[in-house]
Amino acid sequence: MKILVCISHVPDTTSKITFRNENKEFEDGGVTFVINPYDEFCLTKAMMLKESNGATVTVLNVGPASTEPTLRKALAIGADDAVRIDAEAKDSFFVAKQIASHIDNTGYDMVFLGRESFDYNGGAVPGMVAELTNTSFVNACIGLELNGTEATLVREIDGGKETLQSSLPIIVAGQKGLVEEKDLRIPSMRGIMMARKKALNVVPAIDSENKMAVEFFELPVAKAACKMISPDNVEELVELLHKEAKVI
Amino acid sequence: MSVLVYVENWEGSFKKASYEAVSYAAQLAQQKGEDCIAITTEASDDVSVLANYGATKVYHIKGETFKAFNNQIFASLINDVANEMNATTIVVSNTNNGKNMAPMIAIKSDAALITNVLDLPVSLSPLTIKRKVFSNKAFVHYSTQASKVVLAITPNSFGVNESKTEAQVEDKAMNAASSGLSSISIDKATGKIPLPEAELVISGGRGLKGPENWNMIEDLASAIGAGTACSKPVADMGWRPHSEHVGQTGLAINPELYIAIGISGAIQHLAGVSASKNIVVINSDAEAPFFKAADYGIVGDAFEVVPKLIAAIKKYKAAN
Ligand SMILES: Cc1cc2nc3c(=O)[nH]c(=O)nc-3n(C[C@H](O)[C@H](O)[C@H](O)COP(=O)(O)OP(=O)(O)OC[C@H]3O[C@@H](n4cnc5c(N)ncnc54)[C@H](O)[C@@H]3O)c2cc1C
Repeated sequence: MKILVCISHVPDTTSKITFRNENKEFEDGGVTFVINPYDEFCLTKAMMLKESNGATVTVLNVGPASTEPTLRKALAIGADDAVRIDAEAKDSFFVAKQIASHIDNTGYDMVFLGRESFDYNGGAVPGMVAELTNTSFVNACIGLELNGTEATLVREIDGGKETLQSSLPIIVAGQKGLVEEKDLRIPSMRGIMMARKKALNVVPAIDSENKMAVEFFELPVAKAACKMISPDNVEELVELLHKEAKVI
Repeated sequence: MSVLVYVENWEGSFKKASYEAVSYAAQLAQQKGEDCIAITTEASDDVSVLANYGATKVYHIKGETFKAFNNQIFASLINDVANEMNATTIVVSNTNNGKNMAPMIAIKSDAALITNVLDLPVSLSPLTIKRKVFSNKAFVHYSTQASKVVLAITPNSFGVNESKTEAQVEDKAMNAASSGLSSISIDKATGKIPLPEAELVISGGRGLKGPENWNMIEDLASAIGAGTACSKPVADMGWRPHSEHVGQTGLAINPELYIAIGISGAIQHLAGVSASKNIVVINSDAEAPFFKAADYGIVGDAFEVVPKLIAAIKKYKAAN
């Protein structure tokens, strides 16, 4: 079985977000980058499937050379090899086109992507890749079991969950629940050593348009100071929620 | 040209998010000088109500295959209708199902996709939309030159806007695509307000010490008709179900009111809740970072403050 896990290279969740070039570009100077947390759930799930069912696990990123440490980290967690498609990840359409072309050329039984990337929060790439490759797609996946070439998958729905069945190949947009937080793998010393010797293949991007352009970024306006209310006068809060906030 | 809105229904019934999507599409259509065509599938509610929110044409799509959601079948359906109606703008709700199929519709119709939309475009040519990025830490203005666009509208953001039209309402049959996915079962929490649509939310953190103390959270929630949420460690420790976990790795919500009790306000927590319109923080530590993101704050022990608050709300409700 061949499994692909797409890895997005994103600012650590505690990063302060600033912009440069007249707010047209994200300022990445001084920012620590990590594997997109949703992708970590996917990678761990892929490792578990490799152990239980036997598989090769490839990790892929569309990005410039600066994303390679993130791919190396995924190799240290246990992926067998890595592919970097050499291009700036300009918009979700462009990225999806690159990933879909790689899948069409290589062929995978299962492709995992994080439900959403923590930087642009579009949640668009997984569904686009599925449509471009004409493959069954489960979004917001919180459970997956494999029985031969049949997969039983659980997805989140508004106010509950739905269990689905599909034959492989399948494209899965994963999140917490696909594996539990406590089961997430972190690189071991041995893993880090081994990762240095694993293949990280750099391949050129295919031609594709971008559908979106960033005009500029903007930071939210700071909130007005918080109104403090005495714990002995909760009636004042009720009054404010009614008269000022008009929510009760 | 026209604006097509897919109006989601839940077991046949419309909800606020349904009317919000129509309101959005109708106003956008008006800005563009186009028709607003609303479609929905196998509704049990009267579909002509969609005209109250500005739809100029309403099509009720009937067919056994359209009774339950399937991403491939629904994405194909919406793309087919858009082609038939010459719609170059497609609006869906940014709900679980909407987010699921929107990227598929965008590829099928060779359209640009913008998810998490909060408001009408800031400009129509080129189409420019402001949306959140970096988990609520910033906004971006995206523009597109694409001739078609799919917009996914965040529930509880644009609001419902009544504007009655004399819409033409018709039943319509459409062919269904095939799908490799089959649904085995659906499992829904009953009797609770699902978090993404809750307008008022009461949320508890590790400061509540243990699951046995959630009675007071639920009592407060039922006193004002709110949904309940929690911080990540609370879900991780199994005190509360994962479906209540809000924040960067959980649900992102934007209710009218968010009351955070015993939650420190870590940056990853704020990522999922800072878009709430009013935030109340109850925390025993005056230095808790959450107060910086709050509108109203009480420094105090939750075990004393919350019961008093419940009593005050009940008294207020009884008097009004
Ligand atoms: C990659 C990543 C992703 C994450 N994603 C999320 C996420 O999605 N959502 C999320 O919530 N967290 C997330 N976190 C965790 C986050 O960093 C915090 O650890 C978490 O939000 C803390 O939860 P808490 O506020 O409930 O607990 P604590 O930080 O322990 O805070 C408890 C608070 O309760 C107060 N308190 C204690 N006793 C009382 C009392 N009697 N009365 C009133 N107040 C009291 C304390 O003063 C304190 O402020 C993430 C972390 C990482 C690294």
